Amino acid sequence: MNEMVARTDTLNTLTADAREFEGKALRAQLARSTRLEKAKALLLVLPLLLFIGVMFIFPLADMMLRSTDNGPVAELMPDTAARLLDWDQFTLPDEATYAALARDIQTAQKERTLGKIATRLNFELSGIRSLLTKSARKLAQMESSDESWKQRLVQIDQRWGELATWSAIKRVLPSVTATFYLSSLDLAYDAKGEVVRKPPERAIYVDNFIKTFAISLGVTLSCFILGFPVAYLLSVLPTAKANLLMICVLLPFWTSLLVRTTSWIALLQTHGIVNDLLVWLGILSEGNRLDMMYNMFGTVVAMTHILLPFMILPLFSVMKSIDPSFMRAATSLGASPFTAFIRVYLPQTKPGIAAGSLLVFILAIGYYITPALVGGRTGQMISNFIAYHMQQSLNWGLAAALAVILLIIVLILYWLFNRIIGIDKLKLG
Amino acid sequence: MALPIYATPFQRAWHYTFRFICGLVLLFLMAPILVIVPLSFNAEPYFSFTQGMLSLDSAAYSLRWYEDFFSNKMWLLAVKNSIYIGVASTCLATVLGTLAALGLSRQHMPYRGTIMGLLISPMIVPLIITAAGIYFFYARLGLAGNLWGLILAHTVLGTPFVVITVTATLSGFDISLIRAGLSLGASHSRIFFKVIMPLILPGVISGALFAFGTSFDEVVVVLFLSGAEQTTIPRQMWSGIREQISPTILAVATLLVALSILMLTTIELLRRRSERLRGQSPG
Repeated sequence: MNEMVARTDTLNTLTADAREFEGKALRAQLARSTRLEKAKALLLVLPLLLFIGVMFIFPLADMMLRSTDNGPVAELMPDTAARLLDWDQFTLPDEATYAALARDIQTAQKERTLGKIATRLNFELSGIRSLLTKSARKLAQMESSDESWKQRLVQIDQRWGELATWSAIKRVLPSVTATFYLSSLDLAYDAKGEVVRKPPERAIYVDNFIKTFAISLGVTLSCFILGFPVAYLLSVLPTAKANLLMICVLLPFWTSLLVRTTSWIALLQTHGIVNDLLVWLGILSEGNRLDMMYNMFGTVVAMTHILLPFMILPLFSVMKSIDPSFMRAATSLGASPFTAFIRVYLPQTKPGIAAGSLLVFILAIGYYITPALVGGRTGQMISNFIAYHMQQSLNWGLAAALAVILLIIVLILYWLFNRIIGIDKLKLG
Repeated sequence: MALPIYATPFQRAWHYTFRFICGLVLLFLMAPILVIVPLSFNAEPYFSFTQGMLSLDSAAYSLRWYEDFFSNKMWLLAVKNSIYIGVASTCLATVLGTLAALGLSRQHMPYRGTIMGLLISPMIVPLIITAAGIYFFYARLGLAGNLWGLILAHTVLGTPFVVITVTATLSGFDISLIRAGLSLGASHSRIFFKVIMPLILPGVISGALFAFGTSFDEVVVVLFLSGAEQTTIPRQMWSGIREQISPTILAVATLLVALSILMLTTIELLRRRSERLRGQSPG
């Protein structure tokens, strides 16, 4: 009997062992096949991931680095750089530093690198460009004398006797700089090297960021006000009719952005169709036609038109899934149509409102083409300043700093969109 | 939303007011596009309707801006470039995007959210930032001022659309179809071409159309990357609006509207086909 028990026990342990062994093997097998599946899936994504990484993410990151890059001055003026390393910034530099500067300017003039130095320094303190070219010219003409370099340079231009000039040079010597970010926020260094606000007439970027926000918010709001009723109508109409009206939403969506901008110019300009119509109707007299184009108004109207489908489509797809019996139940329980709408219908459309508004806002805040074409002077957004510094003023550091700030704002909104709605919920057409 | 017969006068009034408001919004959406079509036949070089046009005088209408378009070397070069860049970048974007979407839709895809976020990002990042970054980098690779740079840049901008549309088509995909195929002895490649491909094809094609549309309409990157030789239709329109405003751009705009109607119809037909194939009723 005992023996029997002992044998079954052993048997049980054996089978348990076997089971455990089998289980382990199975689990290992499963893990292996999952790993294989993972690798297969990754392998399919890899080509695009690499492509986007090399052709998009890397160039973007590379450009971002320009926002803190201090430029080549330290290499192009090596002697001055070395002398200024332990300058105290409170008194004018010593004679040896002046001598080094004179040497560096002459070498730079000979090697044709003075332009680069002047360009970079001019972003730090405007007017330095002319100071440098003037000094180079005068130094070349100067005969040797026993005056000190300090006297000679100050004689050429008294700005060489000012602390502000020297601290500007010292600031461009380290490999990284905060100047461009400070400029983006309307701040600058003063003569003592402390951060101060720029004078109001030169402070433009903070105001422009606020304006960009305001325009985007205005566009989002008008898209919502115009889009909500239409999305609602589309969601309750019978399919055939809704499809017909849907064309009115989708055709603009598919039409070239430039075409739509052009047509707004034709409609809203001073001698455009809307003004003609108003004059013809006698609402306006010929003399006071409205200025609706090439200003902020034109920008907001054209952008609202362009972005409206991005509001209507997500709203529509959410509204389509709302059961109409909720509204009927609410009214049958005694709610007025208005209360039923506010307390029953509206809360259910929240995902659509969030998706549409975030999408429109994200797209609006980085808008460039429409403001550039119809914005005139008052309708310019931050993207237009980035383009200006990229193409005209060639202050790439400032362009990059503005771009980084804009990008951070957009990425936060994108993250929010992903958290609230989920990027895979994004539908097109 | 038929009005019930027991509706109060107030409800009745609201019902029609509401439809009137919606009508106005739809007019706001359509009017700008429709208004340029007759304007493009204007005999005068103006952007507004002349007296003659309003009284339907046939002399006030002409095809001169269309003739101008078809006889202008720059415009024809722009058309050629746009089509070339559009087709090449669409092909690249479709292949890369479809492969990625197939991977992303697999059950065991690791880091799906992050990778999806990265792949969609070219659609979200403001174009001016993309253009600036691409300009510096491509210039260093010698890709500025030639068509290849534009093709690659437009491929970057087009892939998110392909990824989104193909992933959407695959979300309703029944995996047991693949298992059925395998159990019946089909090879993997045969299953891909005979089972998966026909089912996701509508998504692939609409993604491709989106990518083509994006490339065909893109101007910011073109402004940064292209020289005079690489002008495209949007680039010509851009300088047309900025510098020498002439109704030729209205003629081009009208042709582009015709093209967008064509694309819209194709997309709509594809969507219905896709829903029919997946057994959903067309919505």
